[in-house]
Amino acid sequence: MSRVALRPTRGIPPLAWSALGAAALLAVPILIRYGAPGSERYYLHILIQILIWSFIYTGWSLMGRFGLTSLGHGAFTGIGAYTTVLLWNVAGLSPWLGIPVGIGLATAAALLVAYPCFSLRITGHYFALMTLALTEFVRLCIVGWRDYTGGSLGTQPQRAPGGVSITALQFEPDRVLSYYIALALWALGLWMWLRVDRSMDRYALDAASQDEEAAASVGVDVTREKLKITGLSAAMCALGGAVYGQYQMYIGPDTIAGLGVSLNIVFGTIAGGLSVLLGPTVGAVFTQLLSEVLRVAVQGSGLTAQLGSAALALDTAIYGALLIFFIIYMPKGILGTILEARRRRRAGAP
Amino acid sequence: MLELSGISAGYAGAQTLFDLSMRVEAGEAVAVIGANGAGKTTLLRVISGMLPARSGSMTMDGVSLRDSPPHRIVETGIAHVPESRRLFPRLSVESNLKMGAFIPAARARFRERLDYVYGLFPRLKERRSQLAGTMSGGEQQMCAIGRALMSGPKLVLLDEPSMGLAPVVVQQVFDLVRRIRQEGYTVLIVEQNVRQVLKVADRGYLIEVGRIRAGGTAAELLASDAVRDAYMGI
Ligand SMILES: Nc1ncnc2c1ncn2[C@@H]1O[C@H](COP(=O)(O)OP(=O)(O)OP(=O)(O)O)[C@@H](O)[C@H]1O
Ligand SMILES: [Mg+2]
Repeated sequence: MSRVALRPTRGIPPLAWSALGAAALLAVPILIRYGAPGSERYYLHILIQILIWSFIYTGWSLMGRFGLTSLGHGAFTGIGAYTTVLLWNVAGLSPWLGIPVGIGLATAAALLVAYPCFSLRITGHYFALMTLALTEFVRLCIVGWRDYTGGSLGTQPQRAPGGVSITALQFEPDRVLSYYIALALWALGLWMWLRVDRSMDRYALDAASQDEEAAASVGVDVTREKLKITGLSAAMCALGGAVYGQYQMYIGPDTIAGLGVSLNIVFGTIAGGLSVLLGPTVGAVFTQLLSEVLRVAVQGSGLTAQLGSAALALDTAIYGALLIFFIIYMPKGILGTILEARRRRRAGAP
Repeated sequence: MLELSGISAGYAGAQTLFDLSMRVEAGEAVAVIGANGAGKTTLLRVISGMLPARSGSMTMDGVSLRDSPPHRIVETGIAHVPESRRLFPRLSVESNLKMGAFIPAARARFRERLDYVYGLFPRLKERRSQLAGTMSGGEQQMCAIGRALMSGPKLVLLDEPSMGLAPVVVQQVFDLVRRIRQEGYTVLIVEQNVRQVLKVADRGYLIEVGRIRAGGTAAELLASDAVRDAYMGI
């Protein structure tokens, strides 16, 4: 079957650069070991967080780029993380099985909310609100079921004896191993993105985001296309959430389930660039560094003493302000704007 | 080719089409005329599956279309050029045409169809990389018709192709319609431009508030009192 190329997607780096980048990323632990021996664990920790969130953001961008703005992804990461940990803690089920169950549940939840939305042609703000309700529902379940979930304090996967464990999928004590796991996850995300980008589904969704009825009139099954991308996106976020929980060895409604997480995902992805391959990655670099800087600044300034736990909400407030800035002044995000400027310069060069 | 019988349809609250029956034979051009709000657009949307009929039956070459979703109906060989064109504004002309060949059967013969449409409308080839939303109204109509032909249809539904166009351009659009007739497509065309459309069409139906008020050959309709009184301003 012939592939129909509508319009080449921009922002996919050429092969040589990709190979160079991959080699550099694989070498990072060595570079850090010799470059910053005292802070090896700290730097790897930041990178691991960036990689895992990049994967989650990439998952969100798969549907976000087609105008399907979901505030439900904090529910999907939460379902992935909590299902995995609870099955391990309560039933002794290995995360190797728990994660697929979590992915299945998150996908089912996504389709359950999305199906009525899509078949009734609920889009835009209303879709965002429907998915927001799902996030809140999941958070309430977590808080309400506190005997198992630890409520709003969160909970931990029971440690397998001996630290690193394959059956328990616990790898956190070994930061270098954790880094490579996160790197593999990140690469998986990029691969998924490219697969979607090169499929007919992308053209169908792109067209549907511009005019649903016209897309239907040329033969696009709009509801089905949207459900497919929503399911995939939710599944990826559930996987990302589960891996995040395994790495952090802690899950809580604030860190991996709930509206704050949803907003963080939306903000990070939009900040980085919604429809370019590495946009979500740039976004994750941005949000992770931002929250690190904020954490250090807040701790250093003694604000915590005055504001108490309210200081924790500071980064959410700053995110909100920045999100408005990006939507108004930089709707293509950091990477999208840079790539566009470069292309303009090339095209306009005499 | 296409046969509707006893079709009723409407939107939440209001019924728009009442017990409507009509047929289109292969090779014909059939016009549907009627005042604003008569239900012409609704009729075409029912045929292309955008709006499910409430009752009645609808067949294409003997196969029932009732309750088929739009993407199935395209596959039976019906292409809809919607009211006010509905191009994908941020896609280029060529990408719009590519979307027209979305169904698997058309996708396989995409190159061939594209050359065919470009041959028919060379203007589209000149404008192939322009964003569809930035084209003039007449060009957009041409692109919308081209997009419909990309699916390799047997029957083309045209909803007021001359709407909002200057008189000279209206002439050009009716020329386009003549051209696709000559190419052998069966055409069902909705128009307010009664005199013009009845020159292109073999037969026609007059719809009033969701019911067929008169039907016959183009000449009969032109001569009929119902049409003359209401639409020809005589
Ligand atoms: N989406 C909708 N929701 C509710 N009512 C609608 C909708 N679309 C059309 N209608 C109503 O259905 C009736 C028929 O509309 P329709 O668009 O089919 O008329 P038309 O003959 O195409 O008119 P025009 O010549 O102005 O395009 C009108 O009374 C209209 O108000
Ligand atoms: Mg109309």
